[in-house]
Amino acid sequence: MIAYLGRRLIQSLLILLGVSLITFALLYLLPADPVRQIAGRSATPQTVENIRQQLGLDQPFVIQYWRYLVKLISGDLGRSYIQRSEVTELIVSRLPASLLLMVGAILCELLLGLSMGLIAAVKRGTATDQTLMVASFVGVSAPQFVVGLLLLYVFAVRLSWFPIGGYGTWRHLVLPSLTMGILGAGWYARMMRSSMIDVLRQDYVRTARAKGLARRAIIFRHALPNAILPVIAMIGIDIGIFMGGIVVVESVFGWPGIGQLAWQAIQRVDIPIIMGVTLVSAFAIVLGNLLADIIAPFIDPRIKLR
Amino acid sequence: MKKFLASTVAASALALMLGMTSVRAEDAVDPNAKQGGAITITYKDDVATLDPAIGYDWQNWSMIKSLFDGLMDYEPGTTNLKPDLAESYEIAPDGKTFTFKLRHGVKFHNGREMTADDVKYSLDRVTNPKTQSPGAGFFGSIKGYDDVAAGKAESLSGVTVVDPYTVKFELTRPDATFLHVMAINFSHVVPKEEVEKYGADFGKHPVGTGAFKLAEWTLGQRIVFERNPDYWHKGLPHLDKITFEIGQEPIVALLRLQKGEIDVPGDGIPPAKFQEVMADPEQKARVVEGGQLHTGYVTMNTTMAPFDNVKVRQAVNMAINKARVIQIINGRAVPANQPLPPSMPGYDKEYKGYPYDVAKAKALLAEAGHPDGFDTQLFAMNTDPNPRIAQAIQQDLAAIGIKASIQSLAQANVIAAGGDKAGAPMIWSGGMAWIADFPDPSNFYGPILGCAGAVPGGWNWSWYCNKDLDAKAAEADSVVDPAKAGERDKMWSAIYDKVMEDAPWAPVFNEQRFTMKSARMGGADNLYVDPVHIPINYDNVYVKDVQ
Repeated sequence: MIAYLGRRLIQSLLILLGVSLITFALLYLLPADPVRQIAGRSATPQTVENIRQQLGLDQPFVIQYWRYLVKLISGDLGRSYIQRSEVTELIVSRLPASLLLMVGAILCELLLGLSMGLIAAVKRGTATDQTLMVASFVGVSAPQFVVGLLLLYVFAVRLSWFPIGGYGTWRHLVLPSLTMGILGAGWYARMMRSSMIDVLRQDYVRTARAKGLARRAIIFRHALPNAILPVIAMIGIDIGIFMGGIVVVESVFGWPGIGQLAWQAIQRVDIPIIMGVTLVSAFAIVLGNLLADIIAPFIDPRIKLR
Repeated sequence: MKKFLASTVAASALALMLGMTSVRAEDAVDPNAKQGGAITITYKDDVATLDPAIGYDWQNWSMIKSLFDGLMDYEPGTTNLKPDLAESYEIAPDGKTFTFKLRHGVKFHNGREMTADDVKYSLDRVTNPKTQSPGAGFFGSIKGYDDVAAGKAESLSGVTVVDPYTVKFELTRPDATFLHVMAINFSHVVPKEEVEKYGADFGKHPVGTGAFKLAEWTLGQRIVFERNPDYWHKGLPHLDKITFEIGQEPIVALLRLQKGEIDVPGDGIPPAKFQEVMADPEQKARVVEGGQLHTGYVTMNTTMAPFDNVKVRQAVNMAINKARVIQIINGRAVPANQPLPPSMPGYDKEYKGYPYDVAKAKALLAEAGHPDGFDTQLFAMNTDPNPRIAQAIQQDLAAIGIKASIQSLAQANVIAAGGDKAGAPMIWSGGMAWIADFPDPSNFYGPILGCAGAVPGGWNWSWYCNKDLDAKAAEADSVVDPAKAGERDKMWSAIYDKVMEDAPWAPVFNEQRFTMKSARMGGADNLYVDPVHIPINYDNVYVKDVQ
């Protein structure tokens, strides 16, 4: 177990190092000069050179990357060119909002996805099953931007049940979580359905049925706990999908998380922020996968760590 | 020695340049204005900084104007200069010495009185390369600027504190734009002790002399301004509080405005909703339209064949159907025929420009040796509506045989290509176009059409460099005498007419501004399309529903 953990930790660090190198190189190669952006259009060439030197951007790539890494180790993600603030501070101030959204979205997708999958499996082959599976397909394929605006228009503008974007109360959280959750719910519904159908075919379920147990008891007490295991193990991997989704969803709903920060930074080519958000996201994804792998054997004894 | 005492200059057409009264009659405060109340403004993007030496964004430009003051300002809703923190000023006859008398009793938000030392400190700070101010270059005419910019001096030798209420500026050349420079945000006055206390984070803890002070800043969410009860300008501001909500998509902001949750969507009416809003009389009544110191243009790289031939450039000018391009943006612009926008002093009303004439354009191309046209590239920024505009221009060019492939890129990449001599044959300026920093005709020349801008990394994307015109521009800017402002405007008109003869640009349109507001907002229309306060003049607007 410890050897496994150690190996996985080293792997994770290497992945993060690789991500940082690739992102740094891509941003370095970008045909846009951050110094020009800082210096503004009235700057003289001398001012531009001064700023370039102050920021160390006149150094060769290897030195720039090395300096970045050294600072990174002490938790310093640098200073934003455009926002003129510490990137760490910007990200830290926005992380809670993104984490909250992630929790909301996971709840939404589990609640929606698992119940849809369960019902579809139990009612396999019926019109209900087909409707649910079509719905899950739509959920998986609908662009989040469209889903978000649609939910906003119906539930916030027309019905006034929820506020039109923003952040602060649980009512603000519902629509963005739902928008994010609908995508995952589609996947979970499909996985849950097949997993449940699998379990329902097992001998022990047949035995339970033969014993004359109530249908409800068979499904909830015997089948569900087993069917849900492989699905739960997926949540860690989900984080990767979330990191992509928050960029869109946070922008639509004006949710002050790191996705919105990333989107703004990309539009303005604010390199230190793009680097910072990429690294934090990569870290979250690696961590999510690691946790999922470590937890999996505990909830599903058939899986062993190797 | 004869001095131009500013007070002797009558308000007239010349007022646009240098004419203003010296002992400022306190600006008339709108007698209908009500005191109190709070408004909410939304923006999509984060506010970067509220440091006047650094802020240079769409959002923070006007916010900074409400937190800080400069020696000069503009009458609300106009481009007319007036003294602000200065009470009066004098210009020496050689146009190289400006002496400002400061207003007494002006206090910073921290309670300390503002004096001439603060003015000097603020200018030393903005020009110091360590500040990394994007506006440092505006102060290039002050004596000692070069030493400070090179890091050889910490202080501008041309700025002298005569006494606590008098500050004297010596320039290296007569500069007719200097009073404008004293009105831009970069010259606004900051208190040394607060700057030193917060260091690089002063922009997050701004302390100025302005009408509002910062009450709250939650990163990425909201900024709250509170009325400065000690503001030196009695009767202003009218509002008690302004809340800026950040991170709101323009389309969401519009929905919230329609529900009465917010008062002004800072990013304007989203293009996709524009016609819908304008078709509804109730909503249309709350939209204020105004001019903007903006020109959208196509640059042609005059150092690259075949655009090194003036006939080719003229042909392009005649090939573009400007009316159709304006249709693409739902008529939110007026056609342009010269670099200056119509609301800018020096705009030549008589100048007719190049007509839209496909046959003539073809003939010019043939004369230039390209009867069958040629292949080239048109760069454009990749956000709507710019790619669509580029496509319209592409079709127009195809009609005369020029096959332009479109390079649709992120803003920073287009800017980088433009600043590279061999980078971009043609650029559609949309989304990156020149919007004047101050309402003076010279502001459209130096960096974008003058030789100084035709350098690697510069903004003169047509790489047009006409030494003769540069000399004429310098001559025009040395006309500092306010009585000769009209003459100076004519000199500038002539310069731009000559530019158009050489046709390094094809001017396409001047964007109009459309500001939408809630029904409760009060104040003259021009406060909502104020040429220097974008989107609105926070200090002078009010709400009608307070008791």
